[in-house]
Amino acid sequence: MEQKGNLLEIKNLKVSFFTPAGEVKAVDDISYNMGYNEVMGIVGESGSGKSVEAYSVIGLLQNPGKVTGGSIIFEGEDILAYNEEEMRKFRGNKVSMIFQNPMTCLNPVYTIGNQLIEALTCHDKSISKEDARKRSIEMLEKVGINNAEKRMEQYPHEFSGGMRQRAMIAMALICKPKLLIADEPTTALDVTIQAQILEVMKDLQKQENTSIIFITHNLGVVAEMCDKVSVMYAGKIVEQGDVDDIFYKPAHPYTKGLLESMPRLDAVEHERLIPIEGTPIDLLNPPQGCNFGPRCKSCMKICLSKKPPVADLGKGHISACWLHFMKKEEEVK
Amino acid sequence: MEERKKLLQIRDLKKHFAIKRGFRNKTFVKAVDGVSLDIYKGETLGLVGESGCGKTTLGRTAIRLYEPTGGQIIYDDKTIYDGEKKIKEPMLPYRRKMQIIFQDPSASLDPRMTVGEIVGEALDIHKLYQGKNERMGRIKSLLDAVGLNTEHSNRFPHEFSGGQQQRIGIARALAVEPEFIVCDEPISALDVSIQSQVVNMLEDLQAELGLTYLFIAHDISVVRHISNRIGVMYLGNLVELAKSTELYKNPIHPYTKTLMSAVPIPDPEKTRARERLILEGDIPSPMNPPKGCKFHTRCPYATARCKEEIPQFKEYGKEHFAACHMLETYGA
Repeated sequence: MEQKGNLLEIKNLKVSFFTPAGEVKAVDDISYNMGYNEVMGIVGESGSGKSVEAYSVIGLLQNPGKVTGGSIIFEGEDILAYNEEEMRKFRGNKVSMIFQNPMTCLNPVYTIGNQLIEALTCHDKSISKEDARKRSIEMLEKVGINNAEKRMEQYPHEFSGGMRQRAMIAMALICKPKLLIADEPTTALDVTIQAQILEVMKDLQKQENTSIIFITHNLGVVAEMCDKVSVMYAGKIVEQGDVDDIFYKPAHPYTKGLLESMPRLDAVEHERLIPIEGTPIDLLNPPQGCNFGPRCKSCMKICLSKKPPVADLGKGHISACWLHFMKKEEEVK
Repeated sequence: MEERKKLLQIRDLKKHFAIKRGFRNKTFVKAVDGVSLDIYKGETLGLVGESGCGKTTLGRTAIRLYEPTGGQIIYDDKTIYDGEKKIKEPMLPYRRKMQIIFQDPSASLDPRMTVGEIVGEALDIHKLYQGKNERMGRIKSLLDAVGLNTEHSNRFPHEFSGGQQQRIGIARALAVEPEFIVCDEPISALDVSIQSQVVNMLEDLQAELGLTYLFIAHDISVVRHISNRIGVMYLGNLVELAKSTELYKNPIHPYTKTLMSAVPIPDPEKTRARERLILEGDIPSPMNPPKGCKFHTRCPYATARCKEEIPQFKEYGKEHFAACHMLETYGA
């Protein structure tokens, strides 16, 4: 079943943290659309605002963080206008989330079964206990946990790291949400376990037609999982496009830098890495011009004084960099 | 090819940690269980493996930061540890030659010491200077070598970013002019864009000072990039050892094969095209490792023999070692 239209529209979203030291614009004016049945990757370094942006979609922003502008429209409804009660119904039912560390979200004193059933009954009061139990066991089997019935009676500490992450995925998908936010779901895992989890997520995505926002800093994982990619730097989306465009035709210097700086397993010869010089900016005192300007190889005068506009490179491929505008001017001349 | 000199030789090295379980009841975690390795002068030997496979323990035991349980360590043709003959050399002169860079830069720097004191302490211990001026000069040139400024020497570690803290750790290791450095996950705590800066710096320093590295990391792409040879560990044993290009192109141990295919490659087309070998299950507990070949519980080719007999570590190609019964029977 193909559904048309946008599942999620984010327009000019701004999120700030009001700290004693001053306002930190963690997410600064970002916009994007997500369709049904789509996997969107969000890549960025720590502190680039990728998690904060996702937290605001599911309404989990904590003090001192506040949405200061823009809108988040989910299936035509602005979720920023929801009150607590509506938000609770929305959360888990339509959007759910898995986190980097499953131990922070699983309750250590309840059995896995207990927690899965709770997730179901919270959102569907009419479901009977037996049905809820049956669905939970089914769900555990779907994410590849053997002996699901026995596992239902076990506590999180009896699970290994990979198993916990599987249980988390089961819990997140049990109410059949339309959107799943995965915040670095495999960063804490070993590569072999990571491969298992990615496989489970891919299968379930196809079976359940869930859209996924996949937050990670691992470009390899993005290449494997995602249809679309947004690259974030210091609170802004610097480049966005189809996964092939981002990897084969990167337009923004930061994306290019990231791709060049990564050692590749499939490299033929030893090539020296080309690092991005400098360190990420301090968001308390962002530069006047382009956030990436101070580290950019092709930095121009205008980059240091004015924020770059967004250039449309066709087919939904956008990049926020002055370079694109300079080229056009040259062509005109 | 010129004769390569063996700088560090490890023979059947073991490190077991005792765990108390109730009164008088001791069990052992065999973190490193009989590893033999040669590290040649000037090379980088990479060690990879899942968490809990003993790669960090091996690194630390090799330079006797952990006291080994058994085996031999020979550095520069001198036996510095022998479990059977009970040889235990005083380590101070060897500490000058062997250094380590730790994983977590903030945890490995004393928060109450300035950067100058941290780097200078190594010079003090080994009495490597005459007079205050020379000491200051040495500290300055060390900070310079790792890309920090001289005025940084009066600051405290918390004033630096993660990448800079790791540079301080590297400066401290270099202070005593070592020959051999164990790099224990030196970049896994750093951001992607900073990782390549530190990797390049380690390469430059190696070329300049003729250093030998034992490079431990779980990120196989990085290890492949920096190493000449790579050893793959599984539950306290070395399962495969080969030149890094050879190991990527032609892995022969089933564990290495799955490990290589599990690494995500940042290239969408290649990813779509490649067939993945997915490993079932989790790494078994090192407290209670499986009998026989430790990998047999997850190995797709396991036979009855694998469950009983421990495979020998043998050479199957040029400088390509592996421990697997299958290879013994059918060849590489």
